[in-house]
This record gives sequence, C-alpha cells and structure tokens, in this order.
Amino acid sequence: MNKLTVSLSPHAKAPIDTQKVMLAVILALMPSFIASLYFFGVRAFIVTAVSVVAAVLTEYLITTILLKRKNTTSDLSAVVAGLLLAYNVPSSIPLWQIASGAVFAMGIAKLAFGGLGNNPFNPALAGRAFMLVSFPQQMTTWPQPVVTKMMLNPDALTAATPLGILKEHIKAGETIQQFSNKLPDYWHMFIGNIGGSLGETSALAILIGGLFLLLIRVISWRIPFFYLAGLVSITGIFYLIDPTRYADPLFHLLAGGVLLGAFFMATDLVTSPMSPAGQIIYALGGGILAALIRLFGSYPEGCSYSILIMNAFVPLIDRALPPSRFGKEASRA
Amino acid sequence: MSKITFPKGGIHPPENKITEHLPIETMPIPDEVAILLSQHLGAPAKPIVAKGDKVLVGTLIGEAQGFISANIHSSVSGTVVKIDEIPDANGYPKTAVVIKVEGDEWEPSCDLSSELKKECPLSPSDIIEKIKQAGIVGMGGAGFPTHVKLMIPEGKSVDTLIINAAECEPYLTADHRLLLERTEELLVGVSILKKALSVDRAVIGIESNKPDAIKKLSETALEYEGIEIKELKTKYPQGAEKQLIKAVTGREVPSGRLPLDVGCVVINAGTAHAVYRAVQKNIPLIERVVTVTGKALKKPANLMVRTGTPVSVVVDYAGGLPDDICKVISGGPMMGKAMPNLDSTITKTTSGILVITGKEAIRPEPTACIRCAKCVSVCPMGLEPYLLEKLTENKLWDKAEEKAITDCVECGSCSYICPAARPLLDNIRYGKSTVMMIKRKRSAK
Repeated sequence: MNKLTVSLSPHAKAPIDTQKVMLAVILALMPSFIASLYFFGVRAFIVTAVSVVAAVLTEYLITTILLKRKNTTSDLSAVVAGLLLAYNVPSSIPLWQIASGAVFAMGIAKLAFGGLGNNPFNPALAGRAFMLVSFPQQMTTWPQPVVTKMMLNPDALTAATPLGILKEHIKAGETIQQFSNKLPDYWHMFIGNIGGSLGETSALAILIGGLFLLLIRVISWRIPFFYLAGLVSITGIFYLIDPTRYADPLFHLLAGGVLLGAFFMATDLVTSPMSPAGQIIYALGGGILAALIRLFGSYPEGCSYSILIMNAFVPLIDRALPPSRFGKEASRA
Repeated sequence: MSKITFPKGGIHPPENKITEHLPIETMPIPDEVAILLSQHLGAPAKPIVAKGDKVLVGTLIGEAQGFISANIHSSVSGTVVKIDEIPDANGYPKTAVVIKVEGDEWEPSCDLSSELKKECPLSPSDIIEKIKQAGIVGMGGAGFPTHVKLMIPEGKSVDTLIINAAECEPYLTADHRLLLERTEELLVGVSILKKALSVDRAVIGIESNKPDAIKKLSETALEYEGIEIKELKTKYPQGAEKQLIKAVTGREVPSGRLPLDVGCVVINAGTAHAVYRAVQKNIPLIERVVTVTGKALKKPANLMVRTGTPVSVVVDYAGGLPDDICKVISGGPMMGKAMPNLDSTITKTTSGILVITGKEAIRPEPTACIRCAKCVSVCPMGLEPYLLEKLTENKLWDKAEEKAITDCVECGSCSYICPAARPLLDNIRYGKSTVMMIKRKRSAK
C-alpha cells in the first residue's frame, strides 16, 4: 500500500513559478509593444521578432549544445530579454545588428555568467551597451514616428529625440526658451509620438504595464519610485537654479527611456538588491546617475548606463544593507 | 479597528478550513492503542507497566524522567499486550505501550460529570503540581511540558499570559472548535493558568477567520477577570511564539532569548483546556481534538481522539485514503510532518491529520534562483533565506551563524513563496542544526 510521499515541510506551495513571473512581465510589456506598432509600424514588429527569436535561439543553442544542460527556454526569461532589447533600439536598426545584440545579451551577459539568476548585469541593457559602441550611428538614428509607419526602411525620415534636441541646442549656447518650439509638447511625449527607441516613447503604455506589475506584486514599488524620485530631484534642483539651461523634471520624466528603465530595467529581479533598504539606495543612486549623465555627460540619455552602473553595486549593497532582523535591536538593548 | 498583527513578513496561503463548521465528534475507541512514551520534548517517560497489567483510563503508565519530560497515562481501559517500538510521526522507532481495549472504565479519581467547576482554591504550586501529574504538554505541536513553562526561574518576572488561539495553519480547526464549543472550560483553564503564574493579565490572541469563536469568547470572557480577547489579522505564522507576542503586546523577543525575557508566557488554547480538565476534573491528558482533513477525504471531521489511536484508524474513520498518489501529514501543511506510513499513533501534540493528493502531494522541481527577493520579504524573522541556503550549500557555517540562521523559526514561508521552488527551508534546517551543534561544542569547551 505504501505510496506515500515524504518530504520536509512546508507541504504547500504558492501557485507561482518562474515561468509565470516572466509571463507577467511579458504581458506588462504588451502595451508598449502595441504602442510601438502604432508609432513605428511594421518595422517595430520585425525588429522585436528578430530580437526575441535571436535571444531564445541563443539560449537554446548554448545551453543544450554547448553546455549540454537542460533546455531552460521555457522559463521565458530569454523572451523578456529579447523584448527589452528590442525596446531599446530604434525601429530602423539593421536586423543583423539587433540579432547580434541579442546574441551578446544572452551569450555573454547572461549565459557566460551561469545563466538565469547569476548574471550581474541586466542582459538587455548589456546588449544595448554593446550595440551602442559597435553601431553608434545606427543606434542613434531615430525614424519619425507615425510618418514612417508603413516603411520597411524608415531611416530616410529621421526625427531627433527630445533629449537630443535639448543637448544639441544647449551645447550651441541657446536658452531653452529660444528653441522650445522645436521640442515636442508634453502630450505627444506622454502618448509616445516622438522620436526614440521602440518601447520607450510612450509613457502611457509603460505606465499601464508598470502598474500591472506593481498590482500583481511581481515588482516592488520602491525601485520605480525611488529611481524616478532620484531623477526628479536632481533635474528639479538644476531647473530651479537655471530654468534657461535645464529642462524641468516633467520633461525629463517623459523624455528618453527613464520610465521604461524605472519600471522594467531597474526592477529586473536578478540584478537588483534583495532588501527594502538596498532597493531604495540602488534605485535612488540609479535615478541620480541618470540625471547627472543627462545633464553633464556626453550622451543625451543616461538611463541604461545608470542602471548598469548600479547593477555593479548590487552585491555590495546586498552585503551592506541586509533586511532588519526581528529581535536584533531588542537584543542590543 | 485595524486588526493587530506582527509587522514583518508573513504569508497568506489558502485557508482551506473545510472542517470549521463541523462540531467536535467523539471518535469511537479503537480495539488497540499504542501509546508513545515520548509525546513531548525532552526525555521519554519510563514505562511503569508490564505485559499483562490491567489499566484503566487515566492510569499512569509512564513516569516523567528528567526535568523536561512528562507523565504518560493510559487513554483506554484494558490489558497491556506488549511494550514495543512503533514509528512516530517522523518514522523513527519509539517505545510505546500497546494496550488491548476492554470496555471504557476510568480511574475513580476522574470527575466525568459535565458540571462546570469554576472555582479553584489551589495554591499556584499545587496547580503546577497537578498539571505536572496530569502529563500536560504544549498541544500546539512542540510538546513542551507545561509545568516547566509555569515554573518561572529566579530573577525573571512575568506580567502577561498569552493564549495562542491563532491557529494560523491552513486546514486545522481543532482549536477553533474547542474555543467555540468548550468556551467556559477553556476560560476557567486560562484563569487557573493566570493564578499559577500570579499574573493579572491574560490575552487570548485569535485570528479574524474565526468570527463565531471570537464573538462567543468575547461575550463569555466578560464574566472572567483579566482576560482580554484580541482579534489578529489572518496571516501565517501568526501563531509562532515570537510573532504572537509582538502582535499582542508590541514586545520583541530578542534574538536567541525566550518569551520570559519580555515578561510573557505563551500557552496554546488546547493546552489551557487540558489544564481545566486536569486541575478541576482530575483528568490527565489522554485525549485531544484532531482535525482529520483534506479535500479528497470522504468525511473530514473534528474528532475527539484518545491518544494512542493508530493514524490508520483515524484515516479510515474519515473515509480512508484516496487512490490518488498522496501525502499524509501530521499537523498542518506549513509545519506538519509527512508520515512515511500510517503506523504511528495520535499523540498529545497531534493537531491534525491532513491528506493531500495528486500533484499537490509532490514538490515541484527546483529551478535557478531568480533573486526575486520574495523569500526575504516574507521571512517573519527578517532573515535572508536565499543567502542562508547558499551558505549552507557551501558549508560556510561561520557566515551562516553571523547571518542568524539559528533565528529561523522554520515556518516555511520562504519555501512556500519561492517561484523557483527552491528547497530553502530544507537547506536552512540542515544549516541551522549544524550551526547549533557547533555553538554547543564551542560553549562546552
């Protein structure tokens, strides 16, 4: 009769697994995908598809053929990385370039470090950084949204990003008031009708997905909140000091990739700290760095690097800021 | 009013209290019982009967040996068949007195009348002695001898008695039914415990998912002096001693210390009821309420069961094991023990027999840790389960000790929540016991 299962407690398991967590992230990324299809058209679909397929294929081939391990692609983490990488590039990117970015993201940034859970850097951002140094021109050519919708080679009609316009004119010595007519209005920035990477232009779509992840508690509110708080406070201080040279914090929130970064990149479970205090320091540091790079760096955008830099500090933060223990304070008293 | 709870961590697994509305039913006495001589923490009791002896219900058959030990009484009347080893809930062989049941004759000293006896003229030390004689142990699961808990060491003082009626384990409803059906007896038991400890204040902490019991208790407790009822948020592990004290009094037991250090003694609700029976009715601890439960069982129930009743008999009474591959747990799903077979018997600490079937009975295969930090956020002790698991795997005992692995209360919240199905608590248990052994060796030097 003995067919009883024996194991240590607990004998109950929450109905979540890694695949469901990743599926939730994929769902949360869908509003941005739809927005990218609307603003950048068929090319957005092709770029995203190539990125995802390349990422999944790379993981599959490396784990099963090279490492002779179990195929882990069903955990969907490669799909997430592929999506995020595509969201970080312009729709006009040559397909072989996005594919090589995906191969780098999975092969070097993730699997070379031991695969899911062991990578110190966000694979999608590492892939983007690789692409930015390898293909600087293609990575900074931004097709005009909506207008280029039906084009398969949209880089003929380009539009600068709001941050690019800002950087260029400030460098030329103009005040913001002098060129403000060249900047898109906040409504267009909010819905995403501006130049930029596939998944970063529509603040609205990112917020919908981000709020969904917050509601189902896949991510904690601390990281997006404090990341954006860091950005707003630094850009806010400089705006107050000299509004003719520094854009206001709302502009900085809506321009570039900080919203995508705050909700989907900085919150990457693997590469962010474990304790609440650690998450706050990490996010605040990332937001401040992003602001400083934007204000004083040579690139108009600072989101990717701010997060990659903070990724490097995560082991240190985890060690320095463990969670507060029950009874620890009391035992000192 | 917002319900009180402990501030850090915790989970809310499906409650599955499928037996909550089923009144306590008296289980028929089996043909034969095997009463374990070790139903408590500490040294097993020493058998004082031999094969062929006649015993009555309540006859002392095992004498406490050593400081932390408890008396064992016969739960049936009949003849001692043998003294032999049977598996306990963990599957370890333990000595038991096997008795063939003949009728149901009780020791004459036992008062079997249903009359509620409220007054207790005994002195604190007499009360404690009676509790000791009756073999009462903590009925929540650990089985710490109650009389030892009530003897406050020199230099310590206690001002609050906390009655643990949280019953935060999913499925279990034994305490719930007892609170509801034996309210007065239980409250008299609490008063007696108050007197034994010489404290003015007793607080019964009970989770909000037992509204009927809360109502009944609150109304009835008005007639008793110094007994408060506190409704707790339904959250696991609300019934863990340190978490309960924090929720009820706001006091935080320091790491590595005991409730006594913050002036509290925590006693399980079922134990308080057993104290009433022992002190007022001279009935030793020979039966208890056991929740026999599980979604696949034909007849789940709350049963008053004699100690020594084979688990197989109890399961058969509830309709027998389903065919589906299954797990039989002594206790609840979070902290209970999965039994290798049904040969063990009901003890003073068996709060439930839980049968789970099918996929639920098998653990999912672990995958890589994705550092989601869920284990950190649910740990009620503020530990880092993911790290403790790694430190244990790498046998870094110094680091594990520094990271307070011995503070782990083994509630299992981390393993429950982990999306990667990591065996976090399994590893932490191993690490914890190794670190404790190292600590003991060090202090022995």
